[in-house]
Amino acid sequence: MFQVRIHGRGGQGVVTAAEMLSIAAFLEQRYSQAFPSFGSERTGAPVVAFCRIDDKEIRLREPIIKPDALIIQDPTLLHQVDVFAGLEPDGYILINTNRSFAELGLGEFASGLRAERLRTVAATELALKHVGRPVPNAALLGGFAAVSGLISLAAVVGAINDKFSGKVAQGNIAAATAAYEAAHA
Amino acid sequence: MLKQTEGSKAVAEAVGLCRPEVICAYPISPQTHIVEGLGKMVKSGELQRCEFINVESEFAAMSVSIGASAAGARSYTATASQGLLFMAEAVYNASGLGLPIVMTVANRAIGAPINIWNDHSDSLSMRDSGWIQLFAETNQEALDLHILAFRLAEELSLPAMVCMDGFILTHAYERVDMPTQAQVDAYLPAYEPRQVLDPGQPISIGAMVGPEAFMEVRYLAHAKQLQALELIPILATEFQGVFGRNSGGLVHPYRTADAETIVVAMGSVLGTIKDVIDEMRDDGVRIGALGICSFRPSPLAAIRDVLKSAKRVVVLEKSLAVGLGGILSTDVRMALSGLQLHGYTVVAGLGGRSILKTSLHELFRKAGDDALQPVSFLDLNWDVVNRVLERERCSRRSGPIAENILRDIGVVAASIQ
Repeated sequence: MFQVRIHGRGGQGVVTAAEMLSIAAFLEQRYSQAFPSFGSERTGAPVVAFCRIDDKEIRLREPIIKPDALIIQDPTLLHQVDVFAGLEPDGYILINTNRSFAELGLGEFASGLRAERLRTVAATELALKHVGRPVPNAALLGGFAAVSGLISLAAVVGAINDKFSGKVAQGNIAAATAAYEAAHA
Repeated sequence: MLKQTEGSKAVAEAVGLCRPEVICAYPISPQTHIVEGLGKMVKSGELQRCEFINVESEFAAMSVSIGASAAGARSYTATASQGLLFMAEAVYNASGLGLPIVMTVANRAIGAPINIWNDHSDSLSMRDSGWIQLFAETNQEALDLHILAFRLAEELSLPAMVCMDGFILTHAYERVDMPTQAQVDAYLPAYEPRQVLDPGQPISIGAMVGPEAFMEVRYLAHAKQLQALELIPILATEFQGVFGRNSGGLVHPYRTADAETIVVAMGSVLGTIKDVIDEMRDDGVRIGALGICSFRPSPLAAIRDVLKSAKRVVVLEKSLAVGLGGILSTDVRMALSGLQLHGYTVVAGLGGRSILKTSLHELFRKAGDDALQPVSFLDLNWDVVNRVLERERCSRRSGPIAENILRDIGVVAASIQ
């Protein structure tokens, strides 16, 4: 089982990101389960959502305590919430920022992890460019496909099309594709 | 057709396939997405010959459902928590009048203190209302149980609740196999009411009954529940024939055949329990689980049959009979009458407290050593409790408990558990 925890703020599409990731896994014939950390939804408040992916039925209902991967949609959370709690030592981290781990003050922390599994992507900038709104979630899934290899970009595109339609879908697909390419580079 | 979707959306779609004729909607978390989904289906024309009624309260939701059902319409509504309590009088009337309304309860705690998260306090508070109560373990079972509930309710002329864990199931995306309209039509015939308000053949429904016959009417309510006990396994077998899936039924035993310890539970927590049981089985521990799908009617004989060969029973329930202990465990004790078994009640997951695998491992290990108290509370923070008790010892005007506790523990922002 592969477990992904997504941290962000209300309004950034954190829950939708987990749902789209589960759809992407489903499109690749995997079992998946996405759910939010249910709380009072307020714009700007810290939000957590979870996604499990497996090759067999997922029965477990506890929150994800030991994630294999973290997607951090808002770097300002790094100083507010213990986002790295429980991360497996060989885990993946994808942070939405145009800075590096070192520039974020995470250089020492990152030195204990596998460098090729750590990535930053300027997803909000890509979303503003392609979607016209600061919603980094779909772009980050494109980036996550690149850094993890867990799902394909095609599955992410399929999930975006499942959730959105028309121009919003097109913009998010463009943002996800750009993030995929940026994270691959 | 397989799809990856939200539990609420899956239920809305399944209810739509049941061809409801009246849907009464009043929003309350975590049920709201279900009636929202149905509202969209009615508005878009995807769901035809159905009146979607926005009512002014839960009391009205059940009252309108009663009127619609008495007029011969297949009627549906959904609620949770305080909403179910607010409609309580009408809930009893629906069953007393023998009207086969189907209602989803997206299980949620009851205040005060106000809490939107999951436990089973709401529907269990209606355990004596005369409604059938079926509990879903997964979103697949939740959607299947709605199809089954309409069939069961209408055959018996008795209302049925489908209980699904709020948020944990309603807001979870997972894989479901959505049946076709043809399959549902094959399983669920058009509603043929046993009693109907028809201006062509006028009758009245809802007579006052005095001491001369009230007991008999109430006994018949009980007799209908006993009929449901017979019918539920038959309908589950038929369901498997049409849909190819094992959903519904009275109880779901899991690895119980040689189990010394059997954990009894309802709803989605059974998934986590099964994972823990598999891990403990790998270590040679003889442990199994018994999922209760039919809470009402209570399948006493089926429960006894599974538990009688065990050494101990742990009832893990998301409910608390304040001043007694467990609600489900009281039923289970009744099923075990006369058997010499160690019985433990564990209250867990109240108000959305996460039920963790690590906690269950420790709990079941202690149970295996018979080191559990008769009634215990999983992951209760005793520091917090003792602080309140100490404050109350020291000061008469100790203040409101909920506010004091929140001040003690500080604001928990977006905690992971």
